[in-house]
Amino acid sequence: MSDTNLALRISNPSKAVDTQSIVGWGVDADPQNDPTYPYRNRTEDNHSGEWRRPTQQEAQVELLKSVEHKWLPAVFGTASPPSGVSGSMRRLAFRWSESNWAHWLLLIAADRVNMIEGLVEDLGRGHVPNIPKEMGVPAEWRHNKAGLLKKLAVAAAIGGTVTGLIVAKRNAGKREPSAS
Amino acid sequence: MRAMNYRGPYRVRVDEKAMPRIEHPRDAVVKVTRSCICGSDLHLYHGMVPDTRVGQTFGHEFCGIVEEVGPEVENLKAGDHVLVPFNIACGQCHFCKQGLFGNCHESNPQATAVGGIFGYSHTAGGYDGGQAEYARVPYADFGPTIIPDWMDPDDAVLLTDVVPTGYQAAEMAGIQKGDTVVVFGAGPVGILAARSAWLFGAGRVIVIDHIDYRLESVKSFAPAEVYNFKELDDVVVFMKKTTDGLGADVCIDAVGAEATGSMLQTILGKRLKLEAGSAIALHWAINSVKKGGVVSIVGVYGPTGNMVPIGNVVNKGLTIRANQASVKRLLPKLIEHVRTGNINPKAIISHRVPLDDIADAYHIFSDKLDECIKPVLLPSGA
Ligand SMILES: [Zn+2]
Ligand SMILES: [Zn+2]
Repeated sequence: MSDTNLALRISNPSKAVDTQSIVGWGVDADPQNDPTYPYRNRTEDNHSGEWRRPTQQEAQVELLKSVEHKWLPAVFGTASPPSGVSGSMRRLAFRWSESNWAHWLLLIAADRVNMIEGLVEDLGRGHVPNIPKEMGVPAEWRHNKAGLLKKLAVAAAIGGTVTGLIVAKRNAGKREPSAS
Repeated sequence: MRAMNYRGPYRVRVDEKAMPRIEHPRDAVVKVTRSCICGSDLHLYHGMVPDTRVGQTFGHEFCGIVEEVGPEVENLKAGDHVLVPFNIACGQCHFCKQGLFGNCHESNPQATAVGGIFGYSHTAGGYDGGQAEYARVPYADFGPTIIPDWMDPDDAVLLTDVVPTGYQAAEMAGIQKGDTVVVFGAGPVGILAARSAWLFGAGRVIVIDHIDYRLESVKSFAPAEVYNFKELDDVVVFMKKTTDGLGADVCIDAVGAEATGSMLQTILGKRLKLEAGSAIALHWAINSVKKGGVVSIVGVYGPTGNMVPIGNVVNKGLTIRANQASVKRLLPKLIEHVRTGNINPKAIISHRVPLDDIADAYHIFSDKLDECIKPVLLPSGA
């Protein structure tokens, strides 16, 4: 490898040491010894992080950018920009890097909040979502009637038990008013 | 236009949405002719992938007819029928220059580890996908490939992900002639990985899953030895026994985040979502492979950490290779394999469903009803 190629391969040339001063530098280099085959095209490898960048897309919606990015990638999706409470949670999550657990757990939590926001939004514009249909219950009925009936029976039993417990507790409460 | 609309875990529907527009000079708008639901869409559908927002349209496997192109797209014109690789890749960044089109650095603001993917949460760029009548395709001068006249669109749509992913799983494994290859997972990617292992010269191919109808389909498509792990006491011990006590030369994880088979992994990864999904298939792969062997991972895992037996990787001297498939790099070779009949992708399609019935299609695929292997969605106009 020539020195010019080497210069290209060092990500931060100002941090480079003079390899000529290191005894034995590169004597065992074997271009065939490459576990990353067929990926890394060493000849064109430019470690400086600079390349001919595509035209930059203009952001018309709010974007959240990983703090690990040096610049905004040239294209991006514009689906479902952050909004509401879940949007605030997502903005918060993007204060941390991708290596931080908090980043991802906050996003997962925001997803759950977002689901409720979606429901409220549907109702807000007068649309009552057909949840069984959205969950594919008609398909379950066609292909797994027994399974569906069993699930419904279990749900009814749990519902019945819960109602029973609440009623029992209320009744108990009536019989034994608390001392305070 | 009509498009899939995610409403939360296990809830999807088709709604009227705004037509996609050219937002960048290298964009195209494509009228979808076929799209698929992918096993990895199920991770989104189950709420496993962080930053999957309500209102998004999924679908990273689609082909369609070019409707409109941006001013910087010169190699495509309206009317071309193209297959669209699931990776959104610029073709000129640090990684694209190395053929790592699945790792493009110019397509996803929200994360650096993963490149842009159509309809795959905001963690993969926040793009709407192709489970719709129309889709916006960025870098349209680079990714989309014109479908050859002789090719069936049913084959073409499978070249957008599952065929290259299965093929790359075998390629990354560095399979040598005569090697014993174990594939964990008999979904579409596992089936294709098993088929591809033969193309690289495997001497023995074994596929492990827990659903009999999926294993039957591997037998006819790949063909491979198949085992249902529910009928095995211990998958790893069985693998050692059937390979002279040494282990397989190569293990391929074609399952990813939603593997069944371990209570602990199910609770931590699938229920509590405290790790990037259940890593049981990866455990089995690492523990069933021979010392000095190769583990190739194409199963999708989330971005958080995982309980992975890294000590065994070190002690056994394993090579681990993993990536999203770089579809565009593999297409010329795979189109040739389809032409010569070495691979017959459309044979794995089990369901053809109108886009409007998408909720049923997701549920059938997710719950493995009606012997579902691979559902293809047909937009109303197609
Ligand atoms: Zn896919
Ligand atoms: Zn790129």
